[in-house]
Amino acid sequence: MIDMLAEMFTYNFIVRAFVVGTLVSLCAALLGVTLVLKRYSMIGDGLSHVGFGALAIAASLNLAPLEVAVPVIVIAAFLLLRLSENSKINGDAAIAIISSTSLAIGVVCVSISGVNTDLNSYLFGSILATTNADAVMCAVLAVVVIVIYVLFYNKIFAVTFDETFSKATGLKTNAYNSVIALLTALTIVIGMRIMGTLLISALIIFPALSSMGVCKKFRSVIICSGVLSVCCFFIGMCASYSLDTPTGASVVIINAIVFAVFRITETVYSRVKKS
Amino acid sequence: MALISIDNASIGYEGKTVLSGISLKIREKDYICIVGENGSGKTTLMKCMLGLIQPLSGKITYGEGLKQNEIGYLPQQTVFQKDFPACVSEVVMSGCLNKKHTLFYSKEQKEKAEKNMELTGIYSMRKKCFRELSGGQQQRAMLARALCATSKLLILDEPVTGLDPKASSDMYALIKNLNENGITIVMVSHDITAAVNNASKILHLSRDSYFFGTAHQYLHSDIGKKFMITGCPCDDCQHRHNS
Repeated sequence: MIDMLAEMFTYNFIVRAFVVGTLVSLCAALLGVTLVLKRYSMIGDGLSHVGFGALAIAASLNLAPLEVAVPVIVIAAFLLLRLSENSKINGDAAIAIISSTSLAIGVVCVSISGVNTDLNSYLFGSILATTNADAVMCAVLAVVVIVIYVLFYNKIFAVTFDETFSKATGLKTNAYNSVIALLTALTIVIGMRIMGTLLISALIIFPALSSMGVCKKFRSVIICSGVLSVCCFFIGMCASYSLDTPTGASVVIINAIVFAVFRITETVYSRVKKS
Repeated sequence: MALISIDNASIGYEGKTVLSGISLKIREKDYICIVGENGSGKTTLMKCMLGLIQPLSGKITYGEGLKQNEIGYLPQQTVFQKDFPACVSEVVMSGCLNKKHTLFYSKEQKEKAEKNMELTGIYSMRKKCFRELSGGQQQRAMLARALCATSKLLILDEPVTGLDPKASSDMYALIKNLNENGITIVMVSHDITAAVNNASKILHLSRDSYFFGTAHQYLHSDIGKKFMITGCPCDDCQHRHNS
């Protein structure tokens, strides 16, 4: 086991993937708690599909993928948040429309331009194939997300728990919702490189759900979610190395197992307590 | 000068007017209950007072140095607050955020939150999870949070909905006590009997008119007589009733 770990970390690309992945898992876990509690879980999923469209367009026009994806996803995040506030258009219907449309645009773009970039690497991530420049950009964005989240922690809590109260008592809720939208967008962009557009929402939702069941304080939910996410990433990464399975998918499976274990323990515990 | 002056305002939502031409003044230390049928515009009027929505016409102005971030608000609970993982003190503390634009809570804010938790009798539960509290305890936590946001005016949206009789009478006593300590209360309520017993003034909204006056005047008004099951308990009326 230790031999395997030592061997793993002699490879430069694995160390790089590990650093970036840890930071991204942390971001996703922090934002995930807020998004799940605000009933915005599917926004992550929708945004990642938009991201796929953006990446496909960037690839067929020979542009740098992240530089196209970042602004597109940020704009989409603001749009989606506005749409869910607007009662005339149903929030989840809006997400479904936007995500399937961008997925379709992406697929058509890829087939027309005939780019030989592997579609799979967009859909399922390619953490081991990240270049140095990509890794640096991901790491910087991840640190920015974590710092902003910590600085605005109290306000994010207030807006998550009770937006009406916060607005009525004079907090600039629109501004903080925009902060949340921006952070979500950035997390999705960097997460997409690692987990792929189809799997990133797992990274956002699983750790948050697992820890929400067992923790009693918001702060402990956040911390627990962060720790779980990083642990799951580490285990998933090792599993994928030793079993030769795709990294993103392995991480998601570990997350799912942890979630199941937490839920079962919780149910058993509350049954025992009751009887 | 009044804390809130409503001047010939028409209110409504999505372009539909639900109430027009309403004028009234909310003065310091008033205890006002807003009653009326469903759809008569109670909640909409309250949202206008909070500045959450604008009146369709007319004006709502704050006076006596009242600012928008000095109003405490106790909203109706949303469904997803019922399973929100946060402890009581985290919830109460979040009421302090509207004052200073600091990133983290100051010692002063923590003390204020503790004081308000003691006042509403939930200090001993401050480390408990919000979702594990009973309905009455949750409402008292929300009241403590609202008190963190204000020392002048509290606006309460049906604060006893879903509470058992004991918890609601405790809640009314608590609100009465706050009012006696100088906080102006505006409460939206369905419970007319309790409103008349507790509030000093009643605002009754109905589709085409409204009544605003003291609780006593309300009992003697046509609209009040129609809605109250029991008559006015004042000596005059009792005398007339018995003879």
